[in-house]
Amino acid sequence: MSGVEGYMYPNEVTLYWSVLIVLYPYITGLVAGAFILASLVRVFKVRAVAPTYRLALLTALSFLLVAPLPLQFHLGHPERSPEMYFTPHSSSAMAMFGYVYLWYLMAVLVFEIWLDYRREIVLLSQSSKGLLRLIYKIMTLGSNNISPRSLQIDERVGWIVTLVGIPSAFLLHGYVGFIFGSIKANPWWSSPLMPVVFIFSAMVSGIAAVMLIYMATTKLRKLTIDIRCVDTIAMYMFYIFVIDFTLEMLDLVHRIYEADESFRSLNFMVHTKLYFSQIVLQIAVGTLIPLVLLFLTQVVKFAEIVRKRIYVLSSSLILISVFAMRWNVVIGGQLFSKSFLGYTTYKMDLVTKEGFLVALSLEILPLLFLWALVKLLPPWPESASHETALGH
Amino acid sequence: MKISRRHLLILLPAAAVAWKHVLAGEPEESPNYRKSDHWWGMLIDIPKCIGCGNCVRACQAENDVPDGFFRTWVERYERTDTHLETPEVISPDGGKEGFPSAAEGTGGEYFFVPKMCNHCSDSPCTQVCPVGATFVTPDGVVLIDQKYCLGCAYCVQACPYGCRYIHPTKKVADKCTLCYHRITKGLTTACCEACPTGARQLADLKDPKDPIHEFLKTHSVQVLKPQMATGAKAFYYGLDGSVR
Repeated sequence: MSGVEGYMYPNEVTLYWSVLIVLYPYITGLVAGAFILASLVRVFKVRAVAPTYRLALLTALSFLLVAPLPLQFHLGHPERSPEMYFTPHSSSAMAMFGYVYLWYLMAVLVFEIWLDYRREIVLLSQSSKGLLRLIYKIMTLGSNNISPRSLQIDERVGWIVTLVGIPSAFLLHGYVGFIFGSIKANPWWSSPLMPVVFIFSAMVSGIAAVMLIYMATTKLRKLTIDIRCVDTIAMYMFYIFVIDFTLEMLDLVHRIYEADESFRSLNFMVHTKLYFSQIVLQIAVGTLIPLVLLFLTQVVKFAEIVRKRIYVLSSSLILISVFAMRWNVVIGGQLFSKSFLGYTTYKMDLVTKEGFLVALSLEILPLLFLWALVKLLPPWPESASHETALGH
Repeated sequence: MKISRRHLLILLPAAAVAWKHVLAGEPEESPNYRKSDHWWGMLIDIPKCIGCGNCVRACQAENDVPDGFFRTWVERYERTDTHLETPEVISPDGGKEGFPSAAEGTGGEYFFVPKMCNHCSDSPCTQVCPVGATFVTPDGVVLIDQKYCLGCAYCVQACPYGCRYIHPTKKVADKCTLCYHRITKGLTTACCEACPTGARQLADLKDPKDPIHEFLKTHSVQVLKPQMATGAKAFYYGLDGSVR
């Protein structure tokens, strides 16, 4: 059997969960993280990051809309996937997650965006022409009242939605962690820490994504980046990253110390099959370097231009690191045999339904969605109406 | 014939359901079989297994198992001077064509371990299926409704024994069915039928007159990976502690 070292159960030689299943927790993680950043403004009143508030929400929505696509491409029978909603098996984390996703999409994200943008939607439904006018009219959902009292109610309800949204975001990504963490058959996955690690790495990746998108779009619009804003984002990113790193190290140290039956096999796998993706990409390049850089920005007063460069570099490395983490979990969990006697190889296709090109397209698609959303619902902080909506 | 719109709206869904029923065909007759009378398991007698691979070939023939995937397979464990604590394990093409001769002069015993779905009473695969396509029958057999399965492979990941796979053309989960179509007619499974030494024996844990039931009561047997607490019902006699 090609690509197999040692002994694998015969049915284990093929990997059943491909790079698309790596992509899925990555994308939902970006959603959860972007939302947490937005909630810093709404609920925790961190005014400094207000310029990214709407952008974070639209980013979350763009990624959430793409999130089911890797799953649909992966399923043997995607046409049967609605059965997960109509006839779910209640003991299955995957089935219950479908409802968490739906809840989060409709009752939290879409609702919050609608509430925050309602005034603009109504005004745009009156001022635009043609097809766009129709689109905005539909988006008003029949509500044209934008009196101060009405907007106040929006503000209040929006606050509650965000409040509910924070545990919902935790649930969204914690559930993905639980889908892996509850599998007793797989010692690489089975851990109560899994949902927690997923949540914190999701937060870091989402914040990093919004930071990069904010900096890139501001540059593209030839405006100056609000340095206080990115300084604050970087600070939150750093502290949450410290927690994430601590949790991942806890898992590692715990495994090494207890050295149970699976340890020898998993240890060998990490040092050989996952050497580049885990030790080099995830830990050294993707975690230690950004941690050190961000730590330095917290204790040393660098010039603005230096800080901005550090933030861009750190955010990019973090995004790579979190992707590597998802890869190491999903692919790593299938590379070793449950007999602990052997290893297989993941051969990623290029052009098939679950291949590299599809994965790349699905990574780029949310940015296209974001571009469309940004055109439809401009999130830029310069518009005065935005300030009013946030209750300034 | 004039049909009003309202009548059509009522007729069409009813017709769709009826058509699905027609397409599904008639279930096979098993007039004397009562599910509640049986609780199926399997006895695998390790000292009796000679690694001939008959069971693997019989299963493939009976159940149209695709090449490269296995509803059952046989492993060979070999103890040598260099592999004392952890025997060397091989399963060339699942043991379908038997095994190559053991190396001369390295000493050591070797033994064969047939593997299959353990038809767990507390099966983790059933627990994780998002639509309930995989289920435990009242007579203790874990089956897959392949017309309902999404092919998500969550069950494949959840099985501690590696007995599941995704069918390469049907794109749904597949595994040993304990030859349900045979045992409900009073026959034994294809693998048990083909075994020349009686190393594999179907067991009805609810039937006190079943000789295997008696064997299980009076001999020391084990299941694979007992720490998983899956309620596995493939019982191994003479199982070495090194077997995973």
